[in-house]
Amino acid sequence: MQIYLPIAEVSVNAFLLLGLGGIVGILSGMFGVGGGFLMTPLLFFIGIPPAVAVATEANQIVASSFSGVLAHFRRKTVDLRMGTVLLIGGLIGAAIGVVIFNYLKSQGQVDLLVKLCYVVFLGVIGAMMFVESLRAIRQTRRGALPARKKHGWVHRLPFKMRFRTSGLYISVIPPMIVGVFVGILAAIMGVGGGFIMVPAMIYLLGMPTKVVVGTSLFQIIFVTAFTTLLHATTNFTVDIALAVLLLVGGVVGAQFGAMLGTRLRAEQLRILLAIMVLAVCGKLALDLLLTPSELYSIASGAGGGH
Amino acid sequence: MRLLALALCLLALPLKAEEVVLGLSRDKVAITATFEGSEILIFGAVKREVAIPDIPLDVVITVAGPSLPVSVRRKDRRFGIWVNTDEVRLDAAPTFYAVATTGPLDQVLSATEDLRHRVSIPRAIRSVGAASMAEDVENFTEALIRIRRDQDAYQLLENTVALDEQTLFRTAIRLPANLTEGIYPTRIFLTREGRVVSQFETAIDVHKVGLERWLFTLSREQPLVYGLMSLAIAIAAGWGASAAFQVLRRG
Repeated sequence: MQIYLPIAEVSVNAFLLLGLGGIVGILSGMFGVGGGFLMTPLLFFIGIPPAVAVATEANQIVASSFSGVLAHFRRKTVDLRMGTVLLIGGLIGAAIGVVIFNYLKSQGQVDLLVKLCYVVFLGVIGAMMFVESLRAIRQTRRGALPARKKHGWVHRLPFKMRFRTSGLYISVIPPMIVGVFVGILAAIMGVGGGFIMVPAMIYLLGMPTKVVVGTSLFQIIFVTAFTTLLHATTNFTVDIALAVLLLVGGVVGAQFGAMLGTRLRAEQLRILLAIMVLAVCGKLALDLLLTPSELYSIASGAGGGH
Repeated sequence: MRLLALALCLLALPLKAEEVVLGLSRDKVAITATFEGSEILIFGAVKREVAIPDIPLDVVITVAGPSLPVSVRRKDRRFGIWVNTDEVRLDAAPTFYAVATTGPLDQVLSATEDLRHRVSIPRAIRSVGAASMAEDVENFTEALIRIRRDQDAYQLLENTVALDEQTLFRTAIRLPANLTEGIYPTRIFLTREGRVVSQFETAIDVHKVGLERWLFTLSREQPLVYGLMSLAIAIAAGWGASAAFQVLRRG
């Protein structure tokens, strides 16, 4: 069934969109990533104008994250205190990110920078997680106990706060910095930032994986809601019809994802996410390296003029 | 420009023994939520007060979508990766353009007439001042035409206008699903030996209706309300799915 999208002004298959939403929703519920880093390139691929894809994607992430976070709330795997600290950092970061983005836009080549950002971050994070979780799996096979949490430099900083749900007593400075950093990247790359947030919470802050997912989703809801409003009021690029189709698939998928997530062990969950992150990274890297079949591209009038 | 057109009309007046009487299968195209494109039948007759001249008549029909500025970018290899290096901004390129003719376009219409009436696809694109942006502007306009032709947005339909007895003509033009809203000027040229002997112009009105119309207007006129509505729908859908699944799991 073809459906005409009022803002994107293209006609696409409704079932295709429902399916895409569903798949990304499953990933969202399982890993606590918004799925934007996966969905946005997919939307470009099926012919949605990039500006509309990025803005609408933000709106869809709100829905799937909200659905996911409710499931986590019920299991009490959301660290609200940590989420709030990250969120404050995230909003500051997003504001800085928008300024950087506009500066780069005036210099041209912003597309390239966004792609390079994707390749570098997805590559580094994916590889790190892959190696780490592989090691963890081998260790559990051998029957050895996982290494005790080490008290590094993170624990010597001031402004300590107790994060009961995560079982941590650490300074608010590292989570705040993580929040700001993710906010900046989220604004530049047009994603929720879960794929950076999740590993940062696990490896930098030492939070337990089960809590990380819900907390990340909690923070993503607010950042993407903010982004949606910004896009809707400045660029008029949020396509509600597209969003509804994606999110119907997405919210259902997120529920299944959350269920699947509880069945898998933490390191298995991480290795799957790592493989997926690396796959997207590889695809984007190939696009940059291989000779494209069409050297020319069209940026149509109204939005692409500046 | 208008004066020139008027002068041309006056000059052409004594020669204008043939006129177009036109019919359209529809002069309004409504874009609904399930819009899948539309086929428009363009038909008509040549009204004349004199005998049919010996030189055979040809018909050229064009349908154009609204013209918008367009940037065409070209990638080049820099430090091993492909980056957009050159950009050419074209002042106006139609979002849709179809030319249907009774014969090969270069035979039914001379180059000068093409230049004057902007009939062929390359002529329909306005690129004043583009030459200063790159050395090979033609490559960019060619790329634009190539890409849009692949999307069915630009169509060159030679030999698709049927002409009976030098009087009755008809053709069908398929509008793709990805249409931009606006007035689509439709022109009919009668030509002899490549010269335009008569011209007729009308318009097809393409617009969104119903929910499509309402959403589009709201997003432009009340962006904040629209944005909040999008968020409300997202939150409601997220909550709804979560609640529904909980019921399912318990039941």
